[in-house]
Amino acid sequence: MTVEFVLFIALGTIAVFAALGMLLSSNAIYSALFLVVNFAVVAAFYLLLGAPFIAMVQVTVYAGAIMVLFLFVIMLLGAERLRQPTYRLRWQQPLAIVLVLALLGFAGYVVATQVTGAWPGPLENAAGYGSPAAIGQLLFQEYLFPFEATSLLLLTAMVGVVVLTAVDERRRRRRPSKRS
Amino acid sequence: MIATTYYLALSAILFSIGVVGVLVRRNAIVIFMAIELMLNSANLAFVAYARQFGALDGQILVFFVMTVAAAEVAVGLALIVAIFRSKASIDVDEVNLLRG
Repeated sequence: MTVEFVLFIALGTIAVFAALGMLLSSNAIYSALFLVVNFAVVAAFYLLLGAPFIAMVQVTVYAGAIMVLFLFVIMLLGAERLRQPTYRLRWQQPLAIVLVLALLGFAGYVVATQVTGAWPGPLENAAGYGSPAAIGQLLFQEYLFPFEATSLLLLTAMVGVVVLTAVDERRRRRRPSKRS
Repeated sequence: MIATTYYLALSAILFSIGVVGVLVRRNAIVIFMAIELMLNSANLAFVAYARQFGALDGQILVFFVMTVAAAEVAVGLALIVAIFRSKASIDVDEVNLLRG
């Protein structure tokens, strides 16, 4: 029972309960805030795993930018909760629970039996492991082409968002009563 | 030094919670958040494996997953805004025009 193990158990409990809170809260704002807690805890796990740079990126990009975007859209639409959830497929929920329990059991079996093989054990981190310098060197040398491809992906996403959310001004002027 | 198995078990639990969220919730924005949770648990497994093998490639992959997640969130939220404009609701059960 080292300090690190106690820390792992405590943080893991927080992560699981934050995820459950996201799943169970009926207000979408609370869901988003629970998800921010979960992302922050996962960033702490990255620090434990020797990935300080990834942890900082997790906090700034995930917990910062992406969740702010979520909260912005929720508040923009005023869609914190559905007016009356319809649940057209009544058999879907129990079936989903059963199937996910099966998935969890299968994943647990695989993790418990297949992981501890002839792999190299968890290595004590070499000096500079996970540092921004080491990550940058790998990213800009070995993974340069995928890195450039992501810029194209982001550009495509940006153009798509602009096209999707653009309001057709001519159509709106022709029929002003349809939506305001 | 915590064994990689524990991290993988935690990753599996978080992924399963995300799957339940996608299947059970009817609010489109919450479904997107559950997808984010699944991507995040996959990232956790990547970083755990990177430590297991003493290589940094897993951490590089986390970058690409984050990029894809950011693009997916931007496009997905734009879709949700467009659906909300036409139907004034983001209940995924009410988006059933293709069923006739």
